[in-house]
Formats: sequence, structure tokens, C-alpha cells
Amino acid sequence: MKRESIGLKAVSLAAMLFLYGPIVVLVLYSFNAAHLSMAWSGATLKWYATLLYDGALLAATANSLFVAVVSTIVATGLGGLLALGMERMPHRRQQTIEGGLVLPLVIPEVMMGIALMLFFVMLKMPLGLTTVILGHIVFNIPLVTIMLRARLRKLDPALGEAAADLGAGSWQIFRYVTLPLLRPAIWGAVLVAFTVSLDDFLVTFFTAGPGATTLPLKVYSMIKSGVTPEINALSALLLGISMACVGLSLHLQRREV
Amino acid sequence: MGLFFLVPLGLVFAISFASRGTYGGVVWELTSANYLDLLHPLYGKILGQSLWYATITTVICFALGFPLAYVIARSPARWQPIFLLLVMLPFWTNFLVRTYAWMILLRHDGLINRSLMALGIVDSPLDLLYRPTAVVIGLVYGYLPFMVLPLYVAVERLDPLLVDAAWDLYASRWAVFTRVVLPLTKPGIIGGCILVFIPSIGSFITPDLLGGARSMMIGNLIQHEYLVVRDWPLGSAVSFVLMAIVMAAVLLYYKTASRSDGRLEAR
Amino acid sequence: MASLSTSPPSLSDGSFSSTPPTIEIQGIVRRHGAVTAVDGISFEVRRGEFFSILGPSGAGKTSVLRMLAGFEDPDEGDLLIDGRSMLHVPPNRRPVNLVFQSYALFPHLTVFENVAFGLRMRRVPAPRIAEQVRQALLMVKLLGKEARLPAQLSGGEQQRVALARALVNKPAVLLLDEPLAALDQQLRQQMQVELKSIQEQAGLTCVCVTHHQEEAMMMSDRIAVMHQGRMLQIGPPREVYERPQSLFVSRFLGVSNELPGKIVGTREGKTVFQPADDGQPSLLVPAVSGQESDRPATLSLRPEQLRLTQERSSLSDEVLSGRIEKVLFAGSEMKYLIRVSRDHLWEVDTRPSAHSAGFTPGATVFLHWSTSDGRLFVE
Repeated sequence: MKRESIGLKAVSLAAMLFLYGPIVVLVLYSFNAAHLSMAWSGATLKWYATLLYDGALLAATANSLFVAVVSTIVATGLGGLLALGMERMPHRRQQTIEGGLVLPLVIPEVMMGIALMLFFVMLKMPLGLTTVILGHIVFNIPLVTIMLRARLRKLDPALGEAAADLGAGSWQIFRYVTLPLLRPAIWGAVLVAFTVSLDDFLVTFFTAGPGATTLPLKVYSMIKSGVTPEINALSALLLGISMACVGLSLHLQRREV
Repeated sequence: MGLFFLVPLGLVFAISFASRGTYGGVVWELTSANYLDLLHPLYGKILGQSLWYATITTVICFALGFPLAYVIARSPARWQPIFLLLVMLPFWTNFLVRTYAWMILLRHDGLINRSLMALGIVDSPLDLLYRPTAVVIGLVYGYLPFMVLPLYVAVERLDPLLVDAAWDLYASRWAVFTRVVLPLTKPGIIGGCILVFIPSIGSFITPDLLGGARSMMIGNLIQHEYLVVRDWPLGSAVSFVLMAIVMAAVLLYYKTASRSDGRLEAR
Repeated sequence: MASLSTSPPSLSDGSFSSTPPTIEIQGIVRRHGAVTAVDGISFEVRRGEFFSILGPSGAGKTSVLRMLAGFEDPDEGDLLIDGRSMLHVPPNRRPVNLVFQSYALFPHLTVFENVAFGLRMRRVPAPRIAEQVRQALLMVKLLGKEARLPAQLSGGEQQRVALARALVNKPAVLLLDEPLAALDQQLRQQMQVELKSIQEQAGLTCVCVTHHQEEAMMMSDRIAVMHQGRMLQIGPPREVYERPQSLFVSRFLGVSNELPGKIVGTREGKTVFQPADDGQPSLLVPAVSGQESDRPATLSLRPEQLRLTQERSSLSDEVLSGRIEKVLFAGSEMKYLIRVSRDHLWEVDTRPSAHSAGFTPGATVFLHWSTSDGRLFVE
């Protein structure tokens, strides 16, 4: 038994190295002073500094933040209402909607991207930030709804009954019992939706028009035109931001009582 | 919500039966020509290639993911959430960036070639990037977490005493694995494989960045038909072939999931 | 229908009361789809009374409680509290409070805020909230734990918070859903005594639902035994225990030593019962109404109503012979399992130090009881 578990542990360790190795290398090289070579020639922060003077990059960042904030707010609102509304529906309809919610999460993103693009084109909507935001709302609503439903399902239905028994009306039950118990999950969903929106490439790629370049689109075009130390620095920053968001989100969700 | 999701999908479906206009638009003539076009060897090759890459990716993910899931599930309980978090964390970071990291590693001038040359294993740099191998590495890297999670759940449910009992009854290590562990974790294995297969078959970024012209996958073909050739009907037809493959996998997933649930209840 | 079932004779227990009933239940029916959970029951609960609804799970007792609390509405019949019909009155407008089986304490609120919840909902001024919460916590002995969260309390403490949270509202009726089911044996017995004394001290009217017969008997002024949506019997614990009106009640409330046979006639104003087993003599039981000869019937006796002797004696009215099959020592008492017929084992409990110390398995013994204790259930 002992030898077997050593073998298993070795493979596991290799798998973890495989998962984190590239990320670590990427971050390390974002501090490499050499411009074109992969040879290590001392640590520097200058690539991070050059990012600050790249106007197009800053504009893309602003676009990304705008898209992420708006789509997160709208998706959290609509997704939250949907999750709460589903609680009162007959079981059958809940299952149907649940199936519909999973669909956007499993169909290939390319397909989602072209479907949305076609839709906007057919509606004669000019592709731009508006269409990008709409696209992000579409994939964020199911995420939010599924996360909130997972929490709602764990709530003891007797809590709502207890509040009613103690004199609370339906608004008061929501305000003083359901909402406070849901709050960590809501913040968790907000952070996940924000991260996913900030990181999305494919749906944005198909639904963005000229002038609606987001950060991932910018990174993509930079990568396509060649590996540079600036991309390394930018990538390292993006990695850090997503990890921080997800870490915070998981922390909030774990705190649920 | 339904409007912004199901209507666009329906639109793609409708267009897949229309014809292409002279300048790239859509002419609403009912035809199955687009699907017949897909029988062309060129498209068949891309389709076959995609299935092949996705299958190899799934197999490698299983080979790496099973030991990892097993070790995590058998580690002290308070460490398990931390290990799982470590497995999932890369998944939540920017996919583009993670794929790009492999470009740094696999480049002609990349870290892997440099190390190999420094160690004297090779004399000249290997062609690693823009090849099928690079695509598969990228896919495994991207979707390994999807394999580990369901496997972890399955192994966690497996009573370790069953393994001990098999040992006690003279089973060899291999027999313990094939006769006890494998059958009892089968639902998790099927779940994990499907969860890896679905995004692999539909991937775009990985083959786009790490693959060459000859390691195209369905996702790239769709993008190519839409944005480069501007043959929307053909692109839509390709999309629906992809959709059919994915839906078949999803149905298989739900079928095995519900069957294993039923079996657990019966116990 | 309503006027007929207001006080059916079989449900009154004969004791006199001058105060009007706090609860009047009039022929309520409750269906869940094809299942009739509550099948036309009627009863009254008096002010200050501790009333328990006892029955196996699935008897419909929780449905009755939920209808009193307002979470379900009856499909038929009426439900009055303090003379006012509660039909279609939502839970938050009813003068009742429920102690949930799972306690349903709000996990995000402290003990203080949990107890204050009902008062806040009714917009009681803050200083009065503080005072009333303090009194409620004093009553359940939880002063000093106001700032804790429910998760930081033991099971027993959580139970007390749930109780205080309901009590603080001074409800016309306190509803208890299996209040002690989640506690371990020792704590349960301690809480039975405490709950009872709080109820008496505060003069509370309580309706308690439980499947635990000992708990019901210890705490209640009256017990209603419920089975398959119907109330089989309502009365003070002792009466229901000693004079069950059906075999089901007899079996549910304790050990029922039974012997099948038939009615063969009357003698001295009493019914004559002939056990089916020919080896046994005929026995006398209190007169059974509507008696006819040859009606199959079952005799039932409680273990503590029986006395054992080695020889046939005339110290008691009725006597049956049997053979000791098993002797079980249970600390404070000896249990004898005695075969009185081919298919029937009876249980008799005696004090080990008493006259019966010396029976051994295989011995033939005589079981005595007074005629008035025998219960005969006609089938």
C-alpha cells in the first residue's frame, strides 16, 4: 500500500506542477529585464511601467471595467430575481428552467459568440460596447441564478415560517431573513460574474465592434503580433486580479452559516 | 434571457439551412447543401481531428486527474478544501493568459527548449509550438480541473475499507484498482470525462494560439467561415454539427448521473 | 355539520370547566392531493391547558399544528381561537407562536435578536423589547448568552432560545412541534419538567404534537390520540392509559397484554368472555355496550394490573394460568414473559424484592387481576 501511494503522490505532484508551472514562469518572466530573449538578465518592473503609458491599453481596461460592472449589476439583479421567483414555481417548471440555465454553460463559447453576433446583426444593432454588455449579461445570468439557487436550497424553509409565525409579512421575511442569509452568496456571485466578464474573450470577440476593444481582446491582438515582455506583465496582472476576485468570492461563500 | 439566448440559437439553426449570397450575406432559400458540403474531405479531416484531440485530451486528463483526485480525497479532511481550491484556482484565471503561458514555454526560444539544450539532451531547438502536441497540452492544461472535481467526489464516497478488504482477499494492486476502485467510481469517471470532452471539442483559443494551420479544430473552422470566408450558412451548419456532438455528450452525462443517483438511493 | 361536531359526546371527558375554550376545532379536513391527512376532527382546548396530540408519524398531527399556526388551511371545517375564526388569517396575524421541531433559529441573528424578532415585527418600542427579552431569557435560564449566535449554543440551549422566542410574544396559544425530539434522553427528561413548570407559571395554553407517549403523559393535562387522520380518544393521560377505547390506543400508549376470544353472555351485570384457547376458563369483564353472544373480542390488560402467584388463590377476581417463558432483570423491576396461550405472551412487571422473587422459566404461574381492570375490545 505504501509504495502505491508514493506512486500516486508523485503523479499528483507532477499534475500540480503542470497546473502551476506555466503560471509561475509567466509571472517570473514579467520581471525579466531582457527584451527579446528568454534568458534571465535581472529583475525589473519596467514592463509594468510601460503598461501605464499605453493609451490603447488603458482605454481597453476602461472598457473592460465598464462592461464587467454593468453586466454584473444587471445579471445579478435579473439572476437574483429569477432565483427567487423559481422558488415559488411548481417543481416541474423549476426543472425546465434549470435545464435552460445549464445550456449556456455547456454549449461551446464559439457558438454562443456567433449566435449572439447573428442576433445583433439581424436586429440591425451596431456591434459595440452595448452588444458586448448584452452578451455578457446573457452568460452571467445563469451563473448568478445557479449560485444563488444553491444557497437558497440550503436554507431551512422553517426559517421563513418561523418569521411569519413571529409576525413578519412577506416583505419583512425577505428583508430580515432571506436577504441577510443570502448576502454572502450574492457577493460571491457578484465577484464570480465580474471575474468571468472581465476574462471573457470569445463572446466579446464576436459581439464587439470597432472601438469596443476590451482587455482580453487587446491581449489577444498583442499575442497574435508576437510575444513581448509587456504581455507578460499584463498577463501577470490579469492573473492576480482574477485570483484575488475568486479567492474573495470563495471566502464569502464559505462564511455562509 | 430566453430571448437573448434561445432566439440567437434558433437563428443559427435557421441560417444553417439557407444559402450564401454573392457578397457574403444570407439568402433565405431552404437547402441542405451546407450540411452536404461538410462531407468534403477537408471538413471531415477537421472534424475527425477535433474528435481525436478531444479524446486524447480526455484520456490524459484522466491519467493525471485520477491519481490527483485520489490523493486529495485520501488526505486529511482539513487539507482537502485547500487542495481542491488549488486545483480550481487556475481555472478561474484568464484562459487567454494561461494559454499564452504555454507559448512562452513551447516557443523555439522558450524555456523548455533552452533547458533541453542546456542539459545537452538536444542540439537544436525542437519544433514544439504550432503542432497538435501543443494543442493537446493546452487543452489538458485548460480542462484538467474539470476532471479532478467529479473524480474527487467519487473517490471521497468510496469507503477506504473496501480497498483494504480487497487487499485482505488476496487482490493484487492492479486487481484492487480494476475490480473495486474503478467500478465504484465509474459515475465520477464518466462525469469527469464528459466535462473535459465537451469544452475540448468546442475549443477555439487553444488551437488558435498553440496550433498551426494544420491543427485546426471545429471552433476555428466556425470562426474562419464566419469572419474570414463570410459564409454564414456553412459556418452555422458546422456550428450545429458541433452542437449535436456536445448535446449527445450532455445527454450521456445526465443519463449516467441519474442512473448512479438511482443506484445510491437503492442502497 | 359544524353544529353537530362542536362537542360530540365521545370527545368530552366529563370534567367541568367554566372558562370558554381558547381553541375550538370544528370538523376540520385537510387533504394533500389524494391523501387525506386530517379526516374530520373536532376538539377544544381550554385556557391554561397543556394539550398533547399523540400519534405515530403520518397520523396527521403535524397537519393539525400547521393549520393552527396558519401555514396550512383546512379544506373543510372551522378553527377558532378565542372565539374568532382563523380561516384565511395568515400566520403573521395569528395570536399563536410555534416552537419548531428543528427550532428554526435565525442563524444570522444573535440570541437577543432572535428572541426580539417577534416584538420588532410588532414595532414594540426598544426599551420594552429589551425588558421583555430579558424576562423571557430569565425564564428559560439563558441570561448572559444574549450575544451568542445559535451556532455557538448547545442543543438544549437552542431549544430554550426557540421557546423564549415564542414565549416573549405572550401568545394566546403556544404550539410545540415535537419540542424535545432533538434532545438526548437525559436532557429531554430535564426539559420536560422545566417546560411544564414554565407553562404552569405563565398560565400558558399549549398544544403539543409528539409521537413520544411518555413525554405526552408526563406534561399534558389532556391527550388526544390520533391515527390515520382521526382522533381516536381524548382525555386526561391516566384515563386514556387505563381505559383505552380501542386496541390501537391501548397498544400505542404502553404494553397491551392481549388474549382473543368471544363474548358468551352476561352474568351479574358483567360480560362473560371466553378465551379462544380451550384450556382457559371463561372470564368476567366490565359490561360492554351492544354485547351479543358469539361476538369475537380481544381482552387487554396492562402489565402493572397483573399479579403473579405460584398457586391458584382467590385473592383476586379473575385468574388465568400460564407458563414463565423468560425472566428479564431490568434494574428496578423484573419483567416476566408468560405464555398464556399458544400464540400469546404476556408481560408482567414486579419489584424484584417483592413476594414474586422466585419464579424461574418453565414454572406454571397464575395471573390475577380485578374484574374492573379488564378491557374488552369488540371487533
